[in-house]
Amino acid sequence: MTTGVEPYVQLREKLSKRDRSLREKVMSLEEATKFVRDGDTVGIGGSTMSRTPMALIWQLIRDRRKELSCSRCIISTDGDLLFGSGVSNHIETSWFAQGILWGLSKVMRHNVESGGARYDEWSHMAMGMRYRAGGMGVPFLPIRSMLGSDVERIRPEAKEIDCPFTGERLLLVPALNPEVALIHVQRCDAYGNAQVDGLQFMDIDLALAANRVILTTERIVSNDQIRRAPDQTKIPFFCVDAVVEVPYGSAPHECFGVYEPMLAHMDAYVRQVNKDPVGAMQDYLEKYFYEPASWNKYLELIGMEEVLEASRRGRSIYND
Amino acid sequence: MTDTRNYTASEILAVLSSRQLTDGQVVFAGVGIPLLAATLAQRLDCPGLTILFEGGVVGAFVEPGKLPPSTNDQRCTKRANMVLGSADVLLLLQRGYVDVGFMGGAQIDQFGNLNSSFIGDPAHPKTRLPGTGGGNDISSLTNMIVAMKHEKRRFVEQVDFITSPGFIRGGRSRAESGLPMGGMFRVITELAVFGFDDTDRRIKVLALNPGVSREEVQDNTGFDLTFDDQLGTTEPPTEKELATLRMLDPERLFIG
Repeated sequence: MTTGVEPYVQLREKLSKRDRSLREKVMSLEEATKFVRDGDTVGIGGSTMSRTPMALIWQLIRDRRKELSCSRCIISTDGDLLFGSGVSNHIETSWFAQGILWGLSKVMRHNVESGGARYDEWSHMAMGMRYRAGGMGVPFLPIRSMLGSDVERIRPEAKEIDCPFTGERLLLVPALNPEVALIHVQRCDAYGNAQVDGLQFMDIDLALAANRVILTTERIVSNDQIRRAPDQTKIPFFCVDAVVEVPYGSAPHECFGVYEPMLAHMDAYVRQVNKDPVGAMQDYLEKYFYEPASWNKYLELIGMEEVLEASRRGRSIYND
Repeated sequence: MTDTRNYTASEILAVLSSRQLTDGQVVFAGVGIPLLAATLAQRLDCPGLTILFEGGVVGAFVEPGKLPPSTNDQRCTKRANMVLGSADVLLLLQRGYVDVGFMGGAQIDQFGNLNSSFIGDPAHPKTRLPGTGGGNDISSLTNMIVAMKHEKRRFVEQVDFITSPGFIRGGRSRAESGLPMGGMFRVITELAVFGFDDTDRRIKVLALNPGVSREEVQDNTGFDLTFDDQLGTTEPPTEKELATLRMLDPERLFIG
């Protein structure tokens, strides 16, 4: 069962087999995505259009991985691309569209309504408590939402109980321990000590919960630099299996303090794929995902002007 | 007589919604009109309003002309008091720190249940909508204000799917489902302001918007409406409210 709760001993055994020593893990995108196998459960960091690990998703699509079962707190065009490329046929999340500016995602609708792919809906807090339970090493956590709604009714994986202390009704949501987590950060060292600026979303719980973690980072800094501000370190190195330095690794989405979403590209993308969620999506994937020789060539296609403008807006968050 | 329709539907939605907020409250706001209306209230009569966003923001103070395209973008954090993880900001609802939840709605029914997940049978949906996001958590755990467009297909007797619970099947069914706290407080549309009966928990019209008749509200609603005994008329948006709103959203991203 790919989405079931892992027995505790199995979870511990997987962790004990990982090389958690203090060692350098810097590698290329191509090398890093070898940590993902067909059929894996994959947790995606960031939220909506923010700190999306787009470069890793780009590489997985180029690798033509199959049957990945993905999860994210809220998913945006990355979900479209995972479904549209055939890399994933199952996504667990709380909200799935391109962004509130564009209404419904025709790509999500086409893939789900045709029965080709599954979108399993949980409440946003439930997704958070599932990653947290996974990160805590417990099989579930109780929550007080989803009760009485149809979101609960269509999720038999969640179980109602009467609290043994108070008798109150609670909903137990199952732990989520993805095989692999994909997370993009502003900076980390070669060991994987990762510092996150701004909104951290569910990335800390996700990193702790996953059985393997691949980090992409805007820049790799020295361990000395990390040690000068240890309070900024949100993910410890021993969670991390691979580190890839990928400037603009969330493009065309946002990376806090570095760049805002590249909205002209997003607008054009949405117009194209919502017109024809199959053919136009294939055209988009060909042009931006399969054909470019490198991530930098992909950025070149998005365009210098758009990248610079997104950077100007991104860095302005630090202006008074 | 002043021209009572010198505003768009989205503008009167934002203005009337903002008036429902009280200075000093902690409000959990969704993106779009709720974010805009909460920010409007903060700029007018509620400088002490604390705005929370599901991206993890506590005490947001959104800048004019820099409205965030979602509640998970960096713009949400500008001049905020605090940034948390998204699960942790949602847990503030569960602990009880939030006075008001404030959301938009795609489809609502007579008991204030909201659907943003499916049109048709969930097993074989005619339309798969985006889903709950934090909506289910917010509406399960606090008192709700909903701002939405008034159309017959959006105001139905029973939603196809309860994404975010209102009073479920009315009466005490919400508490009996395991949701003892919170519930629908107000629904604001471009036609009227709605509340809910204390006993049967069914929606009722509290006030009509300027120039709107009972018939117009009923004609745009998919079930028989109850009108409050003290049925009132809302005050039209003032020049100051409209000017401030337009200053906040000069690109008319959310006010249409």
